[in-house]
Amino acid sequence: MTAMQKLLQLPVNAVNMVKTVQSQVQGQEEDKSPVLTPDSGQQAWYSALQPDELRHLRSGGTGGGGGGGGDQEERAPLEEGGGGGGFQTQPLRHDDLKEMLDSNKDSLKLEAMKRIVAMIARGKNASDLFPAVVKNVACKNIEVKKLVYVYLVRYAEEQQDLALLSISTFQRGLKDPNQLIRASALRVLSSIRVTIIVPIMMLAIKEAASDMSPYVRKTAAHAIPKLYSLDPEQKDQLIEVIEKLLADKTTLVAGSVVMAFEEVCPERIDLIHKNYRKLCNLLIDVEEWGQVVIINMLTRYARTQFLNPNINESLLEEGGSGDKTFYGSDEDEDEDEEEKEKKAEAAAMAKRKPYVMDPDHRLLLRNTKPLLQSRNAAVVMAVAQLYFHLAPKAEVGVIAKALVRLLRSHSEVQYVVLQNVATMSIKRRGMFEPYLKSFYIRSTDPTQIKVLKLEVLTNLANETNISTILREFQTYIKSMDKDFVAATIQAIGRCATNISEVRDTCLNGLVQLLSNRDELVVAESVVVIKKLLQMQPEKHSDIIKHMAKLTDNIQVPMARASILWLIGEYCEHVPKIAPDVLRKMAKSFTNEEDIVKLQIINLAAKLYLTNSKQTKLLTQYVLNLAKYDQNYDIRDRARFIRQLIVPTEKSGALSKYAKKLFLALKPAPILESPFKDRDHFQLGSLSHLLNAKAGGYQELPDWPEAAPDPSVRNVEVKESVPEWTKCSSREKRKEKKVEKPFYTDSEGESGPTESADSESDSASGSESSSGSEESGSGSESEESKEASESEEEEEEEEEEQKKKKKKDLKKPVQESESEQSSEEEERKHQRKSKPRKSESESESDEDEESESESSQSESEDSESEAEVKKKKKVQTRTAEPKPPPKPLKKESKKEKKEMSLLDLDDFEPAPSPQVTPVNTFLSNSLVTDLEGLSLSDSVLSPATIAPSSTLKSYELLHRITGEGLSVEYCFSRQPFSPDANMVAVQMQFTNNASSDTKNLHIEDVKLQSGMRVKEFPEIELLPAGETATAVMGIDFCDSTQAANFQLCTHTRKFFVSIQPPVGELMRPVFLTENEFKKEQGQLMGMNEITEKLTLDVKCRNEHAIVQRVTTAANLSRVPCGSDKECRFAGRTVTSGSLVLVTVATKEEGAAQLTVNCEKMVIGTMLVKDILQALTQ
Amino acid sequence: MIHSLFLINHLGDIFLEKHWKSVISRSVCDYFFEAREKAVDPENVPPVLQTPHHYLISIYRGKLFFLSVIQTEVPPLFVIEFLHRVADTFQDYFGGCSESVISDNVVIVYELLEEMLDNGFPLATESNVLKEMIRPPNILRSVVNTLTGGSNVGETLPQGQLSNIPWRRAGVKYTNNEAYFDVTEEIDAIVDKSGTTVSAEIQGVIEACVKLSGMPDLTMSFMNPRLLDDVSFHPCVRFRRWESERILSFIPPDGNFTLMTYHISSQNLVAIPVYVKQSISFFEAGSCGRLDITIGPKQTMGKTVEDLKVTVHMPKAVLNANLTASQGNYTYDFTTKLLVWDIGKLNPQKLPNLRGSLSMQTGVPNPEENPSLNIDLKIQQLAISGLKVSRLDMYGETYKPFKGVKYVTKAGKFQVRT
Repeated sequence: MTAMQKLLQLPVNAVNMVKTVQSQVQGQEEDKSPVLTPDSGQQAWYSALQPDELRHLRSGGTGGGGGGGGDQEERAPLEEGGGGGGFQTQPLRHDDLKEMLDSNKDSLKLEAMKRIVAMIARGKNASDLFPAVVKNVACKNIEVKKLVYVYLVRYAEEQQDLALLSISTFQRGLKDPNQLIRASALRVLSSIRVTIIVPIMMLAIKEAASDMSPYVRKTAAHAIPKLYSLDPEQKDQLIEVIEKLLADKTTLVAGSVVMAFEEVCPERIDLIHKNYRKLCNLLIDVEEWGQVVIINMLTRYARTQFLNPNINESLLEEGGSGDKTFYGSDEDEDEDEEEKEKKAEAAAMAKRKPYVMDPDHRLLLRNTKPLLQSRNAAVVMAVAQLYFHLAPKAEVGVIAKALVRLLRSHSEVQYVVLQNVATMSIKRRGMFEPYLKSFYIRSTDPTQIKVLKLEVLTNLANETNISTILREFQTYIKSMDKDFVAATIQAIGRCATNISEVRDTCLNGLVQLLSNRDELVVAESVVVIKKLLQMQPEKHSDIIKHMAKLTDNIQVPMARASILWLIGEYCEHVPKIAPDVLRKMAKSFTNEEDIVKLQIINLAAKLYLTNSKQTKLLTQYVLNLAKYDQNYDIRDRARFIRQLIVPTEKSGALSKYAKKLFLALKPAPILESPFKDRDHFQLGSLSHLLNAKAGGYQELPDWPEAAPDPSVRNVEVKESVPEWTKCSSREKRKEKKVEKPFYTDSEGESGPTESADSESDSASGSESSSGSEESGSGSESEESKEASESEEEEEEEEEEQKKKKKKDLKKPVQESESEQSSEEEERKHQRKSKPRKSESESESDEDEESESESSQSESEDSESEAEVKKKKKVQTRTAEPKPPPKPLKKESKKEKKEMSLLDLDDFEPAPSPQVTPVNTFLSNSLVTDLEGLSLSDSVLSPATIAPSSTLKSYELLHRITGEGLSVEYCFSRQPFSPDANMVAVQMQFTNNASSDTKNLHIEDVKLQSGMRVKEFPEIELLPAGETATAVMGIDFCDSTQAANFQLCTHTRKFFVSIQPPVGELMRPVFLTENEFKKEQGQLMGMNEITEKLTLDVKCRNEHAIVQRVTTAANLSRVPCGSDKECRFAGRTVTSGSLVLVTVATKEEGAAQLTVNCEKMVIGTMLVKDILQALTQ
Repeated sequence: MIHSLFLINHLGDIFLEKHWKSVISRSVCDYFFEAREKAVDPENVPPVLQTPHHYLISIYRGKLFFLSVIQTEVPPLFVIEFLHRVADTFQDYFGGCSESVISDNVVIVYELLEEMLDNGFPLATESNVLKEMIRPPNILRSVVNTLTGGSNVGETLPQGQLSNIPWRRAGVKYTNNEAYFDVTEEIDAIVDKSGTTVSAEIQGVIEACVKLSGMPDLTMSFMNPRLLDDVSFHPCVRFRRWESERILSFIPPDGNFTLMTYHISSQNLVAIPVYVKQSISFFEAGSCGRLDITIGPKQTMGKTVEDLKVTVHMPKAVLNANLTASQGNYTYDFTTKLLVWDIGKLNPQKLPNLRGSLSMQTGVPNPEENPSLNIDLKIQQLAISGLKVSRLDMYGETYKPFKGVKYVTKAGKFQVRT
């Protein structure tokens, strides 16, 4: 901690010291601020920059300590005339408050803060108190402090410079040993919307993202969108943090980080791959709000990754059994195996393969289903929409019951749920049919709910239930709520059009309504009848006659217009009445509404064409009236029609066709639900509700034609794990207690580990802890329970007799594992071993699900592990009546021990990050200094890419998946001698099992068109514990498509795939500088991709650049005269297209990367890879 | 997510505002007021409104509007559910959710809102966690606070937020350990003119009041769990256990909470405890009407029906009612047109009856629809669905708690069409 920082931690002093600087800065800022209308409340904060405020500040500086300056302050508010904002009701006279805030008594401060917060709550302006309030940010009283935070967050944006005074307090808070203080400091710091502290926020977020405490990490996740909205430029850095947090295994963090993901980079769906399974498994234990966000995101994810389950419904066998297998998890395993078999079958059948659901797709459906039982309506809705969009048709039905249950909730919930049910019921009517009665309407429902229920009832109507629905409608028509009655009439109309059987009944019913006393009802009926009659007019001339009579009484314009249109349209059916109606209408023409006038003209024209003898004069009369009408539409229409129908010598060619034009057969209108096709919006979303795209809405993508590679979701064991290096050992030990939930969370455990730990730490109180352990064991999440239950039983039986024997037997296995882990620990920090372990465990869970065969040996394996650990733990675990301790629990306990050992013995205290203090208040160049800050951050993060002369190896088959056989591969970069167009892939097989593996070979290679594979020669025997290598060649056809094949042993087959990084798809070529320039000149324009970048600090010399580029891509260096440029060249393996790479360095780590390549896809991908290599 | 919150009283005054991101002018509420004008009834205001730059999502609770301002896509139910949770929290803290109560406790309200949302995303919504951070007001404490300058913000930091059982406080201690469960069922039914049931559903809820020390792990089993095919649980209930064994297994929150709700839909047979014989008619001549209502027991399983009440929304034209009740008494409020007949206990020997004439406004056409009757009733010690708790066991603690289960059946939205 530098002296400067210490200085800044005394805010009161700082206030005085900095004030001169302050005023300058403020002055500058003021110049920049645009002129604003004084009354816009939103921008009221500019008032803070009024010059008089500045004066006040300056003069306030002369007063000492913080108490003085009263008289000047008194003047300040009086001078402040212009600002204040829209909701300021009284002159700013808060002297008493200021006095109270400056006093030494906490109680007075508290009282003052309460009054200020009450002002804020009422929307009154309290911004002039800012200097007085901000001084109390370091107050000891926790309530005062909280209220100051409230104030600060509200006004910091308006008084940016003064707000900076508080920053040091928060920075100190970020270092506090108590996680809750760290979290709250980060929370307030990130809520202060002051652009200048963006680098500090960034730093704080990055640090908090690697904090020990999951709660702090959660807060970091919350801070990400805040920073993003403040400065979208930070997106790339924030995405990195998000990526890191997505890998977090705690339920506490999961919801928040997905929320951040959705706000910052919803398009980066690729970040989810590796975390998909974990998210699915954690889902049930995440807090309810997080569940909603995760489920919505996973819906989108699944739409991009899986195949449409309803694509060939006839072949769908899966759906039938689906419902049943849903419930029991043990059945699921069978099912998964079934699926596997199916998959194999399908592969054999090559072409005509039935749809098989991806196990990951199934995992999502299975893990979300229990959430239909949530008490939170939003969660239920989220699951419902997920099922609607993703589940096979046969399984969607389960959501209906839950949605109907929500109808009992608050009316706002009902409103939203009914909207969604309305959309669903169009697509999947059958789903809600059994619940028809739940949508019946009560007279006490609000009108908007009634109308929506009506909509659903209409959608659900079919031949079988229409009679009950119509009976129900009949009661509704008598309702006192006239809007509702009108909607009911519309609904009847729709039922009549959709179900031809009841059309006549409906029509008769509606005609009866024509004699209703209420005009609105009659009018609505007329409109609906008009639409119905259009379907079969010839049968219903008496209805038309009846309606003609209505023109005398009915006054609603829409209804009158409808009647007139009907008469005109079907004047042949009522030849006698029609002219008479026209006569009456001509009489009242001038008093009609516009819409009616237009229809009168229309009627006149039609009658003139059909029955000109009787109506010629009448028509002339009407047209003359219309000619002088006030409305120009009507005048225009009259003029147009006169020209069209009245034959004159000048009349054009069109008049011949007048009859055809007017009396053409018009198609009957289709009465459609307003909810039709709304399901292209994701259900449950705001956009769906409004039927318009809301800001930030992410489209629900269409199903892909072919499923993308499912292996992207496989979790690599050696994946780089979040680093926990940034805490000093002291801090770590102190926090051990609280940090506990972190890894226990990932296994869904709670209480037990806490007590277990205290046991191992203090080796005391075994009595009490065993008690609480027992209680806690129940709270363990279902997932782990399920996984361990089978083992448990077995274990218990054998426990007594075999204990000793087993220990000896299994020791080698145990050792081999620890060996492996220690090996890895060499490379990574000790801390990492923890998350890695739990991860491999969770993976084993998954594997168990997917491969039941492997589960046997596997469970034995883990069981023995548990066994050994158990020994270690408590030899004298007395025979408890209740559940035997779970293996998983023990595992974590063991880890715990391991960790504490590490702590003591070989933990090298990592240099704890020293944040350079914000000493910028004294210097004018605040910004540049802060930039320096952000740079210091990158120094902190150790370079993750090892300078690799060694080749990077990838995992092909994990030890557990492979039942002891593990396979790794790397791209050896040697020319593949049998075929020069192939990329050589070197594979290393290790047999970790206790028995020999025989006949290792490749089968059933599945490739994209054009790709070829040269298999490696069969390995006849791989003895236990041995390692063998083989080389195979793959022609990737210059694409990064994966090569999928089966790796077979004498007993098993494993589906594996190899996906090359783009850099491995080329081989180096030697070019001279001139050749390079010549070739480059030919690959301009579209073939050239240029990207600017800032080099990583560790990579600013030529040597480092060359090394990193050649690691990322198999290229060779091209000699170059200038030392500012590095050039590389290569050819793609298959097509031999040239790939030229240039890295030109500039001042201060700035650089420009240019890639020239004929194959643009390769070029783009290469740029991305090299960019990453150079910037990290 | 949630940008700002405005609390608006029934007169349309904004009496509290809170912003989680930058300040949004309260003029945005004008769009809401416009919709409010148009809707006539407060419950007919659309919960979701679109304005040029924002979306307004509101709920109506206790004569107050909770109006939240949203700027980007968010599931509307997410916001609605959260707003209700806020209202529930106020209810929990202050025993009410009215303007005066909120204005009196404005600082606590503000502190609560601050903790419940971070940047518009819900942070702490469990009442146990909140109560650890911000203590609910009570008279004694406020007196002490004013004398000593103490505060109602918890000195300790909320560990509950960190635990895996966020709903339960650690270190709970009681001298009397007791656990009470109230099984309440509400019958929602529509009965038509002729007395046939159009639709009937049961909405059940198990409310618990658990005051147990330490970390008790409870299991509750039912005599006939098959009845429950559609349930929703408090997050504490272990779902797998329910799926496999139909047993509720949970570590309860401390104090009052809703353990589960269940819904027995109209597909099942639902017993209707009472029948209603009614005739309401309006005469064209003489501008008067007649009313005659009799209520009798139907399927009460041998229990007495209590707190029987009939509420009728009369048409506007009815000026006054001149009735005689054989039991209980009736009131007619001619401004709201509400006829309430408070009967009390239903005596099967002598059925309660209400009859008499209605005086109508002259010159106004007769109402074409007869008003429907809303029935309220209560049956003690009976869950009408037949649900029964068979056992309640506690693990994890050694003491013997006192356990109690109570059943009650009520009428929910019980409507008789006439």
